[in-house]
Amino acid sequence: MSIRKHVKLGLSALALSISFSAVAAEDPIKVGILHSLSGTMAISESALKDTMLMLIEKQNAAGGILGRQLEPVVVDPASNWPLFAEKARELLAKDKVDVIFGNWTSVSRKSVLPVIEELNGLLFYPVQYEGEESSENVFYTGAAPNQQAIPAVNYLMNDIGVERWVLAGTDYVYPRTTNKILETYLKAQGVAAEDIMINYTPFGHSDWQAIVSDIKAFGSAGKKTAVVSTINGDANVPFYRELGNQGINAADIPVVAFSVGEQELSGIDTGPLVGHLAAWNYFMSVDAEANYDFIDAWVAYTGKEDAVTNDPMEAHYIGFNMYVEAVKKAGTTDVNAVKDAIIGVAVPNLTGGIATMMPNHHITKPVLIGEIQDNGQFSVVWQTPSTVVGDAWSDFLPGSKDLISDWRKPMFCGNFNVVTGTCGGKAAVAAE
Amino acid sequence: MGIIRLLSQLLLVCSLFWPGFAQAQVEDTEAQQLLTALADSSFAEKKAVVNRIASSGDERARGWLESFASNKLARIESSGQFIIVTDNRGRDWTVQSALTGENLGEFSRRDIDTVRVNNALRGELEDILSVIDLKSPDQSSRLTAARALKGSVDSALAERVPGLIDSEQSEPVRAALTEALAIYRVAEQGDLAAVETLSGSLNSQARAALQQAMRSDDPALVAAATKAMDSIEQKLTLNRAAETLYFGLSMGSVLVLAAIGLAITFGVMGVINMAHGELIMLGAYTTWGMQQLLPGQPGLALILSIPAGFLVAALAGVVIERTVIQYLKGRPLETLLATFGVSLILQQLVRTVVSPLNRTVITPEWMSGSVMINEALSLTLNRLYVIGFALVVFAGLMLIMRKTRLGLEVRAVTQNRAMARSMGIRATRVDILTFALGSGVAGLAGVALSQITNVGPNLGQSYIIDSFMVVVFGGVGNLWGTLLAGLTLGTINQLLEPWVGAVLAKIMVLVMIILFIQKRPRGLFPQKGRAAEG
Repeated sequence: MSIRKHVKLGLSALALSISFSAVAAEDPIKVGILHSLSGTMAISESALKDTMLMLIEKQNAAGGILGRQLEPVVVDPASNWPLFAEKARELLAKDKVDVIFGNWTSVSRKSVLPVIEELNGLLFYPVQYEGEESSENVFYTGAAPNQQAIPAVNYLMNDIGVERWVLAGTDYVYPRTTNKILETYLKAQGVAAEDIMINYTPFGHSDWQAIVSDIKAFGSAGKKTAVVSTINGDANVPFYRELGNQGINAADIPVVAFSVGEQELSGIDTGPLVGHLAAWNYFMSVDAEANYDFIDAWVAYTGKEDAVTNDPMEAHYIGFNMYVEAVKKAGTTDVNAVKDAIIGVAVPNLTGGIATMMPNHHITKPVLIGEIQDNGQFSVVWQTPSTVVGDAWSDFLPGSKDLISDWRKPMFCGNFNVVTGTCGGKAAVAAE
Repeated sequence: MGIIRLLSQLLLVCSLFWPGFAQAQVEDTEAQQLLTALADSSFAEKKAVVNRIASSGDERARGWLESFASNKLARIESSGQFIIVTDNRGRDWTVQSALTGENLGEFSRRDIDTVRVNNALRGELEDILSVIDLKSPDQSSRLTAARALKGSVDSALAERVPGLIDSEQSEPVRAALTEALAIYRVAEQGDLAAVETLSGSLNSQARAALQQAMRSDDPALVAAATKAMDSIEQKLTLNRAAETLYFGLSMGSVLVLAAIGLAITFGVMGVINMAHGELIMLGAYTTWGMQQLLPGQPGLALILSIPAGFLVAALAGVVIERTVIQYLKGRPLETLLATFGVSLILQQLVRTVVSPLNRTVITPEWMSGSVMINEALSLTLNRLYVIGFALVVFAGLMLIMRKTRLGLEVRAVTQNRAMARSMGIRATRVDILTFALGSGVAGLAGVALSQITNVGPNLGQSYIIDSFMVVVFGGVGNLWGTLLAGLTLGTINQLLEPWVGAVLAKIMVLVMIILFIQKRPRGLFPQKGRAAEG
């Protein structure tokens, strides 16, 4: 064998390996998953990580997107808000992910927001939140206040005849903003100030005796009373236990919760809670074929017969499918192209309807009110006749009622003031 | 009830073989029609259908209505057959026929359409069922039914109630019925005589009725109602005070339970154990584990968890002491950091091995609900048990420290280690046993807390700060101080909470303790003598 031949062989091998590595580097679509797997939020967020892994596995089995496989990149921000920003930067700058699915609490979202905007990433946020935010890089697949809180209050007011309101929440941004919106809304509906009681408790509050007894006293004034609860996470179990023990049942003082889903109920005996309400855009008990298929897939994936599904999982299901459709439509995973393509994309949701991505980066959702049953599930007692468009800026807060968000060109603005006709710019986006 | 059901089943069986009983078959098609009407109508229309079913005279009606109220009445999608769901967990539900009671086995949830019920209908159903129960031979169910009538008597029922009162033998039932009738008369008719009956009543419906009377045009009625209301208000104030005191004691007893183990390890031994909260968590998880081992017997499992929780936590304590703390003796800062690390390890261990989700610990029947002192004051049972348990644990611990050889040795070693050793006390052994005792008591706290709060990986974290607060406030090294400090802090917290809110109450208590420690650095009950200086 001559030297020439050797060189030729070597060169072609080199060329081959280069072309291989080029293909390999470009080939998988990287999906970043930014959910806490340890710390306080692991209770809620770890199921969302598994949901994403399941969806990716299913998509890969169906041939991926545009012939490319998807590769999950899982990081653990450990319920630590500043760490969320660091991990988001790591995902975008080091792992070069094409899209991120993640976050649960609003404070963690606020923490990653500047990073996502600086590095021009894509974030799908799956949890109901307080609104008052719109970013060109974030897609809000959970409910805005007008897709959860306002319809629930309307239901209580019109169908149940509630005249006296307790707004109880955990002391942080989501309950405070939601309650501010609700208070303004209730007063606009003619509810007197003395018929509204507002109460905040710290995270993980466990001694509810005095507060529940207060609610009981407030509710015995002869007018129908309801509790609107934005109590978050762990604090709910002792709260509901105390309600049951002090003999407050749903027929007397119903509690409608915005943060209690199937997952939270799986930690309590729901016998004494039958009839208390929750407002969501999805319940595991919804009677729809798509939902039954999703539950079957989830049970098979987790291997647990008693695994539960919940609203944020549905939001990820919708968000993921929307991303898949948008990439197909754009023909590329380029962030700017996907951002443009995804507006108007419509995919089926799990309740038998269709979810559409609106120009304000929020989606259309049906609003369901469910009553807790003794098996830890909800029974739907009311739902909006059609889907509701998420509103980024609440119509019931003085600072935001004139603002709209539209990420289509030429407007391309997250906080356009319809009165002054100007775009507030990025600085005002995070303002209250 | 049982006899009636048996009879109706007997009738059904007969009807299958005996043409003379064809009547039941006809009824069944009618029943099918009634249930179909119930399933297909809107919530507003369902009320009328419910009344039709209740007045149909069918023996099975009560069963249908009860299962309807609890969301268990359903229909098979394909066949239209009505069923009662007996097990509604998971993807396949066990059902039986609503008409014949025959077991039909399991059906997939896809094939089952539940007949939907809501709160308003459930309320209606309760009223209907309680009217039926007023004639029940059982006195306690008559009493429950009579109490449920307060505020829900309507004009039709008001005519029947006096007759019921006359024929009623039991005094409490009669009193409840009389009050229910008086509420109706005051609210709807402005009856002056009935106002007298309501004076002193603590029922909230009675108050609502009186308030309505106070807004009427008749001055005599307004005066009487105002007077009755004043006497009620006085009684209520007293009851509220008693309630607040109870809340304070119960919160205090939780604090005492959580802190008393720490009073031993931190107070007596001087070890700053940041993993104390996680030892509490281990106790709570032991309760959960015990209930998994003994399904169907939550009460027995809870009782067995008391020794088991103690042992598990004590064992964990020994391991922590042997592997970490003994090497860091006399270096509090390092101990603090190392045990904090241990606490994180234990938390994540539970998250990985068991689950990041909270676990359901069932409250046994005899611990749920409340004891009703009167209609404005009822004491929640689980908290009552926890108060008792805290006192028993405290007494037991006191006994060990004061009356046993171990207690004597512990006190000797903590006061003067070198001297105790030269007297022949094996100080290392005493260290291990003391730490095991403190940790075991933390496990006991966990067993109790499993009945009150979440059983999850974060359980311990929420109690560690409070525990240190109690021990420092009470005076390091003094068990009486811990008891008094826990109860005081609990009561102050509950007094402040309705007034300033939970967040501010916590802050105020913390500020108060800081100020107190400035004035008395050694807490409520400082240790005296040379030992305290060392």
